[in-house]
Amino acid sequence: MAETVFAPWDDPTERPLIRFRNVTKRFGDFTAIDDLTLDIFEREFFALLGPSGCGKTTMMRMLAGFENPTDGAIELAGQDIAGVPANKRAVNMMFQSYALFPHLSVWDNIAFGLRRESKDKAAIAARVEEMLKLTRLEKFARRKPHQISGGQRQRVALARSLAKAPKLLLLDEPLGALDAKLREATQFELMDIQEKTGTTFVIVTHDQEEAMTVASRVAVMDEGRVMQVATPERIYEAPDSVYVADFIGDVNLLHGTATPSGNDTYAVTWAANEAPVQAASTRPLSSGQTCHLAIRPEKVAIHKDKPEADNAVQGKVLDIAYLGNLSTYHVELPTGDIIKAQVANTRRISRRDFTWEDPVWVSWTKTAGVLLAE
Amino acid sequence: MNRLSSFNVVSLTLGFVFLYVPMLILVIYSFNASKLVTVWAGFSTRWYGELLSNEAFLDAAWVTLRVAVISSTIATVLGTMAAYVLVRGGRFMGRTLFSGMIYAPLVMPEVITGLSLLLLFIGLGLDRGVLTIVLAHTTFSMCFVSVVVSSRLVSFDRSLEEAALDLGASPWDAFRLVTLPIIAPAVISGWLLAFTLSLDDLVIASFTSGPSATTLPMKIWSSVRLGVSPEINALSTILIGLVTVGVIAASLASKQAALRAKRDEQAAARAA
Repeated sequence: MAETVFAPWDDPTERPLIRFRNVTKRFGDFTAIDDLTLDIFEREFFALLGPSGCGKTTMMRMLAGFENPTDGAIELAGQDIAGVPANKRAVNMMFQSYALFPHLSVWDNIAFGLRRESKDKAAIAARVEEMLKLTRLEKFARRKPHQISGGQRQRVALARSLAKAPKLLLLDEPLGALDAKLREATQFELMDIQEKTGTTFVIVTHDQEEAMTVASRVAVMDEGRVMQVATPERIYEAPDSVYVADFIGDVNLLHGTATPSGNDTYAVTWAANEAPVQAASTRPLSSGQTCHLAIRPEKVAIHKDKPEADNAVQGKVLDIAYLGNLSTYHVELPTGDIIKAQVANTRRISRRDFTWEDPVWVSWTKTAGVLLAE
Repeated sequence: MNRLSSFNVVSLTLGFVFLYVPMLILVIYSFNASKLVTVWAGFSTRWYGELLSNEAFLDAAWVTLRVAVISSTIATVLGTMAAYVLVRGGRFMGRTLFSGMIYAPLVMPEVITGLSLLLLFIGLGLDRGVLTIVLAHTTFSMCFVSVVVSSRLVSFDRSLEEAALDLGASPWDAFRLVTLPIIAPAVISGWLLAFTLSLDDLVIASFTSGPSATTLPMKIWSSVRLGVSPEINALSTILIGLVTVGVIAASLASKQAALRAKRDEQAAARAA
């Protein structure tokens, strides 16, 4: 089964489709991208994730050819593409606003790019029909963009940018304008189309759930730098910085000092009156190093009585956030820290074990958390 | 429906009387049988007939029309180009200066524009005639076109042009196939504005025309100085009629377009 796993980034012989090499982009005094190096491989669904203003859109615009790097080089299939104008790149982009041409029909919108490079009417028509079929838009071919719904417009934009069979498709917040239900359906549709066409997709998004759902790898960005590039699982389970741990999902952070306590395990002293907590770490830490222990709320258990566990701390329930399928308990510790514990609501709510102000124990295993050196 | 209060009725009436009574009198007297402008002597269309056989007026009308069409077309091309560069050119040396300078002729007294153009044409040794009027009208109406078109370009979604480039269009193709069709209404109203300005300009035309070319406003002005004739009334009535028909047609067309767009959007929303 091992060979069916898609992981070209682990294969040293694989040549990346896109290479950012020490790319810096400045707008006047503002540094949008700061000495960034990144490889993206063929057939990847790569997500650039970060808060607004982190430089993800600038990276995308540099790939499309609307901006040029101030320093460094961007290679596409081994060739430096700096200075190649947007209309001469085998890269297409799906715009956040979709940017459909309002005066052209759906059919003509999709044919626009094809007509720029070919005069063969039959071939263009065949390709447009193929794209209409792929995006299930056959019925709307003659309509103008203002005569179709938002979801259909999104599919027209996708069909138009895929029509020229680009080496690389850029998607700038492609689902931002859709409502939640439609967005979820469209995410799976995007993945399906990506698989069918075998195109490399680079998606820009600020929605972490979207990035985790669609992407083969995610790059978490902040202030023009890439904080971590990894598969969604690794980003979530093994973040390598407090920023990434905090940005993706919900997390409990305990601040303390680590002391080795044998076999890749460390005792973290985090409060004067509390026993140190035990945590395993594959990354070595020196003795006495200050660090954060990051634990996801769903890996924290909550009990009435003191449990048999690697780590257990007593506190009282401060708040309960009921989310339907899950409940998140905010447990206040005597030190004033708050630990969030997430529990699946497998029982009806009337039979819940804990309520506000109840004294409880929270526990987690040695391997539940990640130790992040400061 | 709200009923208007008596105060509103009075102010509305006063305003419209003030605006339209002079024109109404002119129209009525154009059908006067008498040659005296101030004495009513019964209904007649005689002056319209005489107007059509008056060579001098017809010549002037033809010159005016030619000047208006040519100058407004050139002004539209130049004004659109200027607007495009000023809105889209990004930051370049002297951009603020240029955009200020394009608006300056709007507030410049016509007498000064006319005089400076006259001096230029004399300096260049150009014979004054249709050509010089066309040049002069192009010069001042191009600013109006540029203002109209740039206000449309400012609100134009730039990603549409980027999408065209991204799909392989050259910058010229992107402009021709995407930008121009979308801003066409603004370009057309710019052309109409330039056309109207050229049509009724008297001052600049007087400065820059020569004995070989007389525009209609100049002709009317010079004949009125010899005494108002009913022919002038007839001519003015024709002009008023043309303008009224044009304005009504334009507003009906844009109302239809707006209604259609609204219907389409509702249909799309229902289908979703």
